[in-house]
Amino acid sequence: MSHEELGLWLVRAVLLVPALSACLLALIPGYRLSARLNMLASLATLAAAAALFRVRPTPGAFLIVDDVNVVFIVLNTFVGFTTSVFSASYIAHELEVGRLTPVSLRFYHAMYQALMAAMNLALVANNVGLMWVAVEIATLTTVLMVGIYRTHAALEAAWKYFILGSVGIGLALFGTIIVYMASRSVVGEGLDAMAWTVLVRHAPAFDPALLNLAFVFLLLGYGTKVGLAPLHAWLPDAHAEGPTPISAVLSGLLLNVALFALLRFRMVMAGNAEALAPGPLMVTMGLSSLLFAGFMLYRRHDIKRLFAYSSIEHMGIITFAFGMGGPLANFAGLLHMTMHSLTKSAIFFAVGHVAQAKGTQRLSEIRGLTVSHPVLGWALLLGVFAIAGMPPLGVFMSEFLVVSSTFARQPLLAIPLVAGLLLAFGALLWQAVGIAFGEPQGESRPVHASTVPLWAHLALVLMAGVYVPGPIVRWFQHVAALLG
Amino acid sequence: MNGLGLYFDVAHLLAGGLVLVSFMMLYQFRMYALLNFYAVHALVLSASVAWQALIQGAPHLYVTAGIALVFKALIIPVALHRIVQRLGIHRTIETVVGIGPTMLAGMGLVALSIGVMLPVTGSADILAREDLAFALAVILLGLLMMVSRHNAVSQVVGFMSLENGLVLAATGAKGMPLVVEISVAFSVLIAFIVIGIFLFRIRERFDTVDVQALDSFRGERR
Amino acid sequence: MNALLVQGSQMLLVLALAPLLTGWVRKVKARLLRRRGASVWQPYRDLLRLLRKEAVVADSASWLFRVAPYLIFSAIWVAAALVPTFAINLIFSWSADLIAIVALLGSARFFLALAGLDVGTSFGGIGASREMMIAPLAEPAMIMIVFTLSLLAGSTQLSSIVAYMIGPEVGLRISVAMSLVALVMVALAENARIPVDNPATHLELTMVHEAMVLEYSGRHLAMIEAAASLKLLLYVSLIAAIFTPWGMAAAGQGLGHYLVGGVAYLGKLAAGGFLLALFETSIAKMRVFRVSQFLSAALMLGLLAVLLLFVSRNL
Repeated sequence: MSHEELGLWLVRAVLLVPALSACLLALIPGYRLSARLNMLASLATLAAAAALFRVRPTPGAFLIVDDVNVVFIVLNTFVGFTTSVFSASYIAHELEVGRLTPVSLRFYHAMYQALMAAMNLALVANNVGLMWVAVEIATLTTVLMVGIYRTHAALEAAWKYFILGSVGIGLALFGTIIVYMASRSVVGEGLDAMAWTVLVRHAPAFDPALLNLAFVFLLLGYGTKVGLAPLHAWLPDAHAEGPTPISAVLSGLLLNVALFALLRFRMVMAGNAEALAPGPLMVTMGLSSLLFAGFMLYRRHDIKRLFAYSSIEHMGIITFAFGMGGPLANFAGLLHMTMHSLTKSAIFFAVGHVAQAKGTQRLSEIRGLTVSHPVLGWALLLGVFAIAGMPPLGVFMSEFLVVSSTFARQPLLAIPLVAGLLLAFGALLWQAVGIAFGEPQGESRPVHASTVPLWAHLALVLMAGVYVPGPIVRWFQHVAALLG
Repeated sequence: MNGLGLYFDVAHLLAGGLVLVSFMMLYQFRMYALLNFYAVHALVLSASVAWQALIQGAPHLYVTAGIALVFKALIIPVALHRIVQRLGIHRTIETVVGIGPTMLAGMGLVALSIGVMLPVTGSADILAREDLAFALAVILLGLLMMVSRHNAVSQVVGFMSLENGLVLAATGAKGMPLVVEISVAFSVLIAFIVIGIFLFRIRERFDTVDVQALDSFRGERR
Repeated sequence: MNALLVQGSQMLLVLALAPLLTGWVRKVKARLLRRRGASVWQPYRDLLRLLRKEAVVADSASWLFRVAPYLIFSAIWVAAALVPTFAINLIFSWSADLIAIVALLGSARFFLALAGLDVGTSFGGIGASREMMIAPLAEPAMIMIVFTLSLLAGSTQLSSIVAYMIGPEVGLRISVAMSLVALVMVALAENARIPVDNPATHLELTMVHEAMVLEYSGRHLAMIEAAASLKLLLYVSLIAAIFTPWGMAAAGQGLGHYLVGGVAYLGKLAAGGFLLALFETSIAKMRVFRVSQFLSAALMLGLLAVLLLFVSRNL
């Protein structure tokens, strides 16, 4: 088999393995078997994705694997795999408690793989229309999963997510259409005018006014899915009411996918000298998300909503970093995105078990975890330290890079940035101390959970804080330069 | 007038008609009337798409027109009618603000979309220009409907009219690939929404489909 | 001299035809309701009898009450005579400006409302205040329609507008269709026709126009009734002239063309009256408080027509 062919098969595997296993999982009744199959499929996808680092096909009209998106794909499939491991132990408990029925579990597993397939498709799509379709499918599947508990609150959250997500998606499509209009007059009609590689190559010739308008719609549309500040209303509800593995995937992956879509268009914008600089818009939205979420963190009473707001905060930081642009800020943004995905999903793993152990998500009833559940408690505490940006963990590294690159170029912007970071830092530590220490309260059940994925993520985050291997650094630097 | 004049005039008439029907939807007080107007909206869209298919010589657009005709103008309104009936949803539409201010806001949005699109799309051909301007107007009016209505069903109708605007924009952009695929994807989305109303049985669980009423005590209220 | 004669004949023509149109609408309505109805000439007989009768004036009425009918009648007659009927570019067509017509109608309405208030009865006051509720919506709507048409034709003169509408430049325009609908809505409101007001009743508390003229009698009432008929004719001719301008003669084309134009005009009036009667019998009167919504819809249509014009071909 030639190199090219192998690469093509790998890309197909990344898409088809989850898609086919979604169909298969819909047919399997037993939850133990399907949970294992879910893990297996995720592992296979991860393997195929990792192999894409070495072997990749030449970009076609629909699919592309390049240096940029391979990072996203591998991160996506990796967290997808660890979450499937976590999910296996999580759902067993949900079934015992009776919050989920075997039928809804079958549905859950099928949707999980469908979501993975859709996200991977969005990442490898070379055609901006195809990317849009993939993001739409991902939205649909997550809506269904958010509403899976069928409680009053879950349905409301799903509905809200549905409506806001659909509107966002609609605006993004309008932006995509305008991008096509801009490229049509240069590239000509047909598939090429929507291929991302062609768009980037011809960007200097596009009509800047059209591009500006398109980017505004894309920023609003995909920005809704990223959860940027004025458009975030769906995010806390969707995170809080769905099953915790879905919260982990939403926070750690789906937000990244939407951001990735935004980045692709940002590169097109950056290629056109006369078009509006996308940076200031992204910087503004990023900063406002950061500050807004920083304040909101103090008043949370629900543990999953707390971390959902923390996700808004971090997406704000990442958007800010990519908005600043330049090799250093982009590098910081990429690193922060990776760190956030790993840490936030680890936190949600812990939170899922904590909520099961305590039988509640209310912060006021979760106290003294380090006493009642030492392993979980300390893991959660470590996770919160990481996400708050305590040295020497990975998030600190990337936040430090964001701040220092901002200081170097726009010292004034660094003031609100640092203020927002400190605000969130204080809020998270304050909440974490309440959760971890003190007299244990309320009911307390033993959990038989596998904490392997949790510790694996935290170990990676710690490692990233202490020492990032040279090849990874070089790879990130290369990608950061590509992002412009 | 040459041939293009007539082509343009009909396209203009149909696209403008879509904007007009959007306004009529904003004007409705009754659920059934709203659903009927949505059917008209989809009908006009279907005619508009079919006309574009004729002008552009793009037979695949007929598929989109057919979807609009069968799915959006027939199946969806009928299904929503039955849902409203079966779930006993309120027959009147509660609005956030009065009809008058909503209409004025709608006017402002139409003016905005024309004011934004026309200068920006100077380089594009005239057919696409006016199509995009009208499409943006329809989209914004759909958004307005979503934010100015309390009931879930009328919000869904607002979303669907927004989506019609997107299809109009996509067909107006000449030679755009994947239009059919996108319209199919959208139809799936809409079908999910409609099924969602029914499956989630919002009416059954809550006294009203009023989305505001669903705001529950989750320990924190916004 | 000849031109003056043609213009003069148009003035007389509208005056002569106005009661006939009213009678025709009443007749068709009666037929649609399966009644035989009065003869189409009945309005003429009514007017003649009213003219012969003594005019009773309330004690509290001022001179305004007595003058108003003549002012109203003359204003509306002038307005009606300016609208092109069978020919365009007549000698006074320079003054047949849409804005002038709107202004004439506005002043007629102003005097009518004043006269309604003048006597000091409660019905007059109700009618006047309702009229003033309708006016601030109907007039801007009318102005928006005027805007649309004059933007298209490049002139506010009716003759130029009609000439433009006959010409090949018009094409299919959504704006024109919208202004037609808006104009019809305004016309219904202005003439106190059914969804807004009921011209055939004195019993409802919802009436508008009839409430204001309740105190009039004799020749004063005759003037008011004639003015109302003229106003209906004016709107029908306006709609016919702008939106169905076929068959109209141009200036100085000779008697044959004028005759063709006249026959076409009669046909248009008959068709317009029939449609009006059909519409009125098929629809229920709306509540007074919905009238403002009805008219704001007309206003909105007018606005939309102007807006959409900017997306169309030439502008």
